[in-house]
Formats: sequence, C-alpha cells, structure tokens
Amino acid sequence: MKLFEFEAKDILRNYGIAAPRGRVASSPDEVETVAREIGKPVVLKSQVLVSGRGKAGGILFADDPDEARKVASRLIGSTIKGASVGSLLVEEKLDICRQFYASVTIDRQARRYIVLLSTSGGVDIEEIAQATPEKILREWVDPEQGFSQRSAEGMLHRLGEIEEADIGRLAAVAANLYQAALDYDAELVELNPAVKTATGEFMAADARMIIDDNALFRHPEFEGRKSYRAEDTPREAEARRDGLSYVELDGDIGIIGNGAGLVMATMDLVHHFGGRPANFLDIGGGARTELIKKGLLLVMAKPEVRAVLVNILGGITRCDIVAEGLVEGLAESAVKKPIAVRLMGTNEAEGMAILRRAGLNIYPDMETAAREVLKL
Amino acid sequence: MRSIVDGQSRVIVQGITGNEGRFHAEAMLRFGTKVVAGVTPGKGGQEVYGVPVYNTVAEAVAQDGANTSIVLVPARFAAGAVNEAIEAGLRTVVVITELIPQRDTIGFISRAEKKGTIIVGPNTPGIINVPERTKVGIMPSHVFKPGCVGIASRSGTLAYEIAWHITDAGLGQSTCVGIGGDPVVGLDFIKLLDMFREDEQTKGVVLVGEVGGKAEELAAQYIIETKYPKPVVAYIAGRSAPPEKRMGHAGAIVMGNVGTAQSKVEALEAAGVPVADKPSDIARLLRI
Repeated sequence: MKLFEFEAKDILRNYGIAAPRGRVASSPDEVETVAREIGKPVVLKSQVLVSGRGKAGGILFADDPDEARKVASRLIGSTIKGASVGSLLVEEKLDICRQFYASVTIDRQARRYIVLLSTSGGVDIEEIAQATPEKILREWVDPEQGFSQRSAEGMLHRLGEIEEADIGRLAAVAANLYQAALDYDAELVELNPAVKTATGEFMAADARMIIDDNALFRHPEFEGRKSYRAEDTPREAEARRDGLSYVELDGDIGIIGNGAGLVMATMDLVHHFGGRPANFLDIGGGARTELIKKGLLLVMAKPEVRAVLVNILGGITRCDIVAEGLVEGLAESAVKKPIAVRLMGTNEAEGMAILRRAGLNIYPDMETAAREVLKL
Repeated sequence: MRSIVDGQSRVIVQGITGNEGRFHAEAMLRFGTKVVAGVTPGKGGQEVYGVPVYNTVAEAVAQDGANTSIVLVPARFAAGAVNEAIEAGLRTVVVITELIPQRDTIGFISRAEKKGTIIVGPNTPGIINVPERTKVGIMPSHVFKPGCVGIASRSGTLAYEIAWHITDAGLGQSTCVGIGGDPVVGLDFIKLLDMFREDEQTKGVVLVGEVGGKAEELAAQYIIETKYPKPVVAYIAGRSAPPEKRMGHAGAIVMGNVGTAQSKVEALEAAGVPVADKPSDIARLLRI
C-alpha cells in the first residue's frame, strides 16, 4: 500500500527525520491559511500516489498566500498522470544547499533489505544507476545485525565526496530510515531528495513509503485505508473487497482461472491467437461456489467483454464446485455472454456433467479453448 | 531430487490439525510420502490419519527422526513455525503459506542460510519427487508420471499444466519444484539448476518463469557461465501483462524496465534456452 507523501513524512518525523514546516490542505481557503501561517514562499505538492508528479505539473510554487490560493484552485481537482488531486501538502520553500538520495528497499535476489545512499539526489535514481552507478552506495543488511548509524558512516566514507561533518548527520537519517522501514514493514522508504538546507539542517524534501500489503495486519492504523488504492478501477476495488485477484485490461475477452501463472498463460494464449484479454481474474486455490459466481458476474458486467474464457486446473480447487458457480452466475447475470470452459483435475467428470447439462461450451485443453473462444 | 526431498525424507506437517493440514497430510500419505508426525502447539497427543501430533518440532525430531517439514500454518504464525523447524535442525522446510510479510521471510531465510536449512517457498505448491513417490506439497498427484524431466516453476497451477503436457508427451518428471510466487523466496532457479545438474534422475530441465524480478535473467547468466550440461527449456507467463500491475502473485509485477517478459525471453534465448510460445510446445523443444 502506497502512503501519501504527508503520511510518510509524519511517520518519519517520529524517527527523528525532519521535514519542511507545513501541512496538508484540501481547499484553496485552507491552503491560503497554511501559507499565511508559514509566512514565507511555499511549495504546493499534489498528494497523489503516482511517481513523476513534479514533471507532470503537480508541484508548484507560490510567493505569498494570495498566489498560493490561486495556484491551489488550479491544482485541487485536477488530474496528475491519471490520479485526481484531492489535497495539497503546503510546505515552506526550502533554501537548498545540497541534495542527497537515501532509501531502504528489499533486494529480491539477495533476500535482504538494501540501503541505498547517493550524493546525487533530486533526480531519477534509475537514471543515475544507469549513467554513473559508482555514485550510488549499496549496503545489504544482515537482519540479525541490523543497520546502525555507524554502518551508514562506513558507507559514506567510501564515497569520499562529502564533508566529514555532514557524514554523521546523513548517516543518522539513513539509520533512522532503516528502523522506520522495519517497524512499518515497508517495501520501500525513499527520500529523494534528502536535503541539506542553507542553514545546515538535514531534512526530507520528499518522502515515499510503500507498506507490504501482507503485513497490514500488524498496522491497524491503516485499516480504514485498506480498500483505497488510487490505481484501482471501481471494478478492481470491488473485486479486492470480495477477495478476488482482478486486474482490468483493455480487450474484449474475459479471462478467469485458478493460480496467477495459469491465468497469465491463458491471457497470453488468447493474445497469441489474435484476441485481446479484457481482464485477469484469479479465483485462487480451493475457491467456493459463491466466489466463482461473483467472479463470473464481475467479469460479465464489464460492457467491453464479448465472451469469457474459464480455465481451471483443479488440485485443491474442485471442478464440480467451479461448474456450479459458473452455472449459478450465468443464471443470475442480467447480460448473457458466451462462455468457453476448460476443466481438468479434481472431480473433473462431475464438473463436466454439470456444464453439459447447462449447455456451456466445453473444450478438452486450454489452447483449444483459447482459440475457440475468439469465435464465440 | 535427493538433495532436497527423496524416499528417505521423514516429513512432518506443521499445522496438521487445521483443515488444510489434514487434507494435504492425507493426500501426501496416499501418494507414498513418509509423513512421520504432525506439529500443532497445544494439540500434542492427538492423531491425524494415524500420524502422531506433537506440540513442538523438537519432539517430532526426537521421537520420529523427522528431517523435512511442510508448513501449512496461517501467515501471521508462519515465521514462528519456520524458525522452530530451522532451530530443530531440519534439512528442508517447505513453506506453502501465502501472504507472509516479507520482513518475516527475510528473517527466516537468513537464519536458514546460517543453519544450512533449505527453504522452499514461501507461497509455493511444494516439491514432488515422482520416481521416489515423495510429495511434500499440495500439487495434484495425477498429472505426474515418473520420468526424467526436472521442473522448476514460479507458479503452481501452471506447473501442473506443464507437467501434464510432459506426462502426455510420454516423458514424465523426476522432480517438480515450485519456487514460490513471492518476491523473496528461498530456493531459486540458480540453486535448483545446480541441484538438477547433479541429479542422476534428471536429464533435462524446464524453467517456468513469469514477469517480474530478474530470476530468469540470472538463471540465463548462470547457464552461460557454467556451460550448463543438460538441456533447458523455458516458458514465461505474462507476455501480454501490462506494466505496473500486480498480476496475482506479489512477485509478478513489471516495474519500469525491470521484469518484462521480453527481457527474460531475450536473456534465455541468448543462453541457448528455447522459450516456448505455448505450454504444449515445451515437450517438443526439450531435446533429451
């Protein structure tokens, strides 16, 4: 789950990582009030969960409260890279002396947390990694050893191009960032940039934080937001509430299957035969009739869907249960669309009998089904 | 594959008294797996399908010589169960549980490395050694047939689909391993390729990959560097998947230029590994 910048900064403040003075506001009036409180030129930052919002015009400056109000009325309600702007983080405009990059993330291959530090902050870190990889310091953390300020100091000494006095302060930021990542089960905590201001303060000018969805049970403070994902379409959000793994695509063939890999392979086959998948729906393992019915109704309700392909390889999933769910779903659906089914595995014969009685199109293997569904 | 699971494996089921634990304990017993004990804290003294239940893994090791575990406990208790199995000195721990927080996984994989324990998963269907009738997993036994093809897969049901095609082609499998659908997993393609090379039952290897991460690219690099001696064929799921969308598995997400199907296909083909367009093409591409 992605957190908004203001949420990430609020969390990091509790870890001794400072952020510019300011707060979030959701109306031009409120923005004006905050700008007045700050009493200096401000930056207005759209609180959206997409990256690259600065380049897309989502971050603007204002010299006084009046201008802040005007800029705010343009930004609030606008759309930045597909995400609608509901609120702005209004902050004091910083006098920046130097920019750094600091992040903690998970390295899949190393199976560890990795701390990244760089003196090239404020730009796309992937570009730096491509152009000048030597400017990024990496340290993989042994979970039993942890990552201390001393570990970070060791890293920064390797880099060389940073003043001795600044090493300790940036190292403290990095160590605190690691602790926050662990405590919040973050997949990513990133300060880009972390800055040193003209007055010598270190702070997070920007902050991103992504919480591991699997760990949300340990963080009840995010409970109310669980269903909220800016990138979800309404149907995706509905599916998530029902416990279905569903992704919308832009084609016209609905795809239902069990197991992420099998559903992707089914999508790919439809694509291979010249069709265009309308969605990805994984009913998971051991699904009950009710869930399958819901899944089918969800897929058929999408207006663009012309026909539905169901591909089930039953291990712990029972083919007869799937068949019942499909037949019930079809009976309940307001719109009738053709369905092509391939069932194999546990209780296959019983499942096939149910489908045959209901007159559904059955195919012996997934390739035939993927080819034939295009003709329905 | 003898180095992970074989006919000598003495298996415990952690979480045996739950619905899943009970169901799969029976299925494994029926296939021929030596399920010697179950472990559920507080349920010691019971029996499930004639298998004794203990409160701790240490008791199962002391009483029944257990050396392998299958973990079927809910996500929030999984790390505790896995750590207990590692501390008890088991050789292989197969973590079926899905939705385990990554911080927990990183923790138990690190401990396992230090102790020399092999972790399969998490979020895996497990492992099946077909010729030795030993299944430590939840896969349907009927799609497999004893043979000479090793399968390493990031996905469960897709691995069954591919196993079935290989069975249908008359080849059969030596060992089929699900490495798990999570971003962070223990046993990976490289370690499995290493084991398949030494495994006399395996004549050729099928890698079943999917979009997300770099596991397939790294496997390709490993095949080049080691001049891998056995034929390898790959299949990559998600060629038509859009970027930035998580396709069911937490590990299956294309971010920027990392994890695209195209990058994986190119890397594998450059390593001389044919990549099948369709699951039914795999057996034909496997020159053994």
